Amino acid sequence: MGDHHHGPAKGLTRWITTTNHKDIGSMYLWFSFAMFILGGAFAMIIRAELFQPGLQLVEPGFFNQMTTMHGLVMVFGAIMPSFVGLANWMIPMMIGAPDMALPRMNNLSFWILPPSFIMLACTLFMDGGAPQAGWTFYAPLSTTYAPPSVTFFIFSVHLLGVSSIMGSINIIATVMNLRAPGMTYMKMPLFVWTWLITAFLLVAVMPVLAGAVTMMLMDVHFGTSFFSAAGGGDPVLFQHVFWFFGHPEVYIIILPAFGVVSQIIPTFSRKRLFGYDSMVYATASIAFLSFIVWAHHMFTVGMPVAGELFFMYATMLIAVPTGVKVFNWVTTMWRGSLTFETPMMFSIGFLILFTIGGFTGLMLAIAPVDFQYHDSYFVVAHFHYVMVAGAIFSMSAAIYYWLPKWCGRMYNEKMGQLHFWVSFVGFNLAFFPQHFVGLAGMPRRIPDYALQFTDFNMMSSIGAFIYGAAQILFLYNVIATIVSGKPTSEEKTWEGAEGLEWTVATPAPYHTFETPPPVK
Amino acid sequence: MTSQTSTEYEKYYVPPKSRLAIFTTIGLVLSVFGASHVLNDMTFGDPSVETNSWSIFLTGLFVFIATLFAWFKMTIKENMAGMNSAQLKKSYVLGMFWFIFSEVMFFAAFFGALFYVRNLSGPWLGGEGEAGRMNSLLWEGFQFSWPLITTPQDAVGGAGAQLMANNGTYLGAEKSMAFANAHAWWAWLPLWNTILLITSSFTVHIAHSGLLAGNKKKFNLWLAISVTLAVVFLYVQYLEYHEAYAEFGLMLSSGTYGSTFFMLTGFHGFHVFMGMTMLLVQLIRSLKSNHFTAEDHFGFEASSWYWHFVDVVWVMLFLFVYIL
Repeated sequence: MGDHHHGPAKGLTRWITTTNHKDIGSMYLWFSFAMFILGGAFAMIIRAELFQPGLQLVEPGFFNQMTTMHGLVMVFGAIMPSFVGLANWMIPMMIGAPDMALPRMNNLSFWILPPSFIMLACTLFMDGGAPQAGWTFYAPLSTTYAPPSVTFFIFSVHLLGVSSIMGSINIIATVMNLRAPGMTYMKMPLFVWTWLITAFLLVAVMPVLAGAVTMMLMDVHFGTSFFSAAGGGDPVLFQHVFWFFGHPEVYIIILPAFGVVSQIIPTFSRKRLFGYDSMVYATASIAFLSFIVWAHHMFTVGMPVAGELFFMYATMLIAVPTGVKVFNWVTTMWRGSLTFETPMMFSIGFLILFTIGGFTGLMLAIAPVDFQYHDSYFVVAHFHYVMVAGAIFSMSAAIYYWLPKWCGRMYNEKMGQLHFWVSFVGFNLAFFPQHFVGLAGMPRRIPDYALQFTDFNMMSSIGAFIYGAAQILFLYNVIATIVSGKPTSEEKTWEGAEGLEWTVATPAPYHTFETPPPVK
Repeated sequence: MTSQTSTEYEKYYVPPKSRLAIFTTIGLVLSVFGASHVLNDMTFGDPSVETNSWSIFLTGLFVFIATLFAWFKMTIKENMAGMNSAQLKKSYVLGMFWFIFSEVMFFAAFFGALFYVRNLSGPWLGGEGEAGRMNSLLWEGFQFSWPLITTPQDAVGGAGAQLMANNGTYLGAEKSMAFANAHAWWAWLPLWNTILLITSSFTVHIAHSGLLAGNKKKFNLWLAISVTLAVVFLYVQYLEYHEAYAEFGLMLSSGTYGSTFFMLTGFHGFHVFMGMTMLLVQLIRSLKSNHFTAEDHFGFEASSWYWHFVDVVWVMLFLFVYIL
């Protein structure tokens, strides 16, 4: 059983056998960064090919593998695990818990991830190449016309699902059961709230994704006809099952980002968050609505008009709770004593760019208009505004915000600001022109394009390279901070910060809150 | 709630470092890696080439099951040693509840597929409504009815005659599993399975009430009866599948009816097997080690929840797959 106060073990076994939420959180964060670099490398190949019209660097088949793997790795490998890592680190410290509720299972949910991504990456070297049907892997491209490696892809998705479900059950049990006495639900930090709701979404929809890939597996290997009209099935069924998972999935990605920003903006505005209660209800409403809007991804498949209308109106309703959130963030800053440290810069960047992404989302929600935008670069621009400027900007903000608490050293503020501005400029240069080429008719997932799109695509590619380079700077800044940053032992790194995580020593000790703290 | 002070606080047990997770991962990853190879050998491979896919798969499965065994053994030991506070026990309750919820959602995906095919895409394929215009172009002569016996491919005269390209042959069954096709009402196996499973839910409940009253004998007896009913269910399910393949020509590949029928009942059957195993483990624990008390018997309780869940899924299946 070991000694009573088990500190970290020595060497590599520490990480393999750990049950500590901080160790596991760190592993999640490093793993997701590795995946961010890998997915980013795929993106660089895509942008290099699209730098000018014609085929320069890669074959069209390989280009398709790149778009597919870029999406899969970024969504399942970079963004989702990074927020799970953040949840692991912060939730116990924010609610005054000694650790996650089920620590051994916590370690299992992390360790499943690396081998399943290795398996997914290995499909690139298999006969017939990696899956090439896009990250949404629509049937029959992913069944009848898929390379044999699709089997490995299916099982790796199964493993990711198992990992996510276990991770979410752990988060739900932690939040519902391990809050310090006095920490009522409506006193929880908003990051904890958004993660509780996210975890619920994950438990609800990851099994549906498992169902979708299982149907694919059966269609490929056992002659079932879920997605084949010849046997009485329907390829569009795949899209319904996939998007029933896929739409809540995009909120799974963005809700924790909302949570992060809701922690950071009040700190640097030196004011309490405006409209806490309405933030909670808005998050819950977004989660509920996410279950009844999935077919807005499929306006062009030939749904009955009643379906088009229902999904259009339901989708537009989401703008209401999201608008509440944006309003609350802005109002929190109103007449605050603002300072603009790196986390705040990224949060404001998030606020502006996510709002742009939200508006283009609203445009896409209008069914008759979507007939033109569907599968064009406009869609690509839209979801990169919410995924990159939404999720990844807020993740960068979170790292700068809590890094001093984690490692007891201060990051280099100048380099942080540089990282922000280079990211901000690079990102907008990469993705803003894509709105225009999309509206003008450039389709997504195609390695070549018509001549008139050249200028905007060149800008896009240059922007993407700049954004990519900024992330290397980020990596350097984080490592430099951990190795040789200026030591800090202030409990409160930021003067305006509120919450239990700022009451423990800096750097945070290996075990925090072995007995629950008092909560007023 | 706020009046509770830290002196009343019972320490939450955070386990020390453990190799369980890494061994579970090794088992899990080896088995899915092996399984992928087994399937690819089957579908895309050259039958004359010997591979070791099966041994990778089975090794992984063995490691996985052995580690799970060790894992459960350890948690039981910890509980018997009194390390689990009331708060930790609540974490287990929450864990089991949300796990069952995730299982519900897994079945929901397949039920959703069934409803979609029966009520929307099937009729469209048969020419109904706006979306039915393609019927006369691609699947001329196909009429939709459920259970779907004649597939669109059958209707146009086989894979060779079909205009829409795909790689498969999708031939329908001769008969469905519907009541009308049984020789006699008593020969309709799903009815017996329904009776078996509903009865077993009651017997598990009787076992539980015996345990709560401190009556171990009653508990063991009724739990044993429940496990027996589960085994009989699985046997009847086997008979039913045999009948489908041998007499009705109904196979996994018999169009959407075969797909949805076998996937829904097959996954359910697998869950019955899991639930049966869970109950059996509780029975062995009770008989061999006298593990349960009237107050502390979460292992049994969790298994019984799972069992009731499996039962509810069957009722849904009986209704939507067999009757309606």
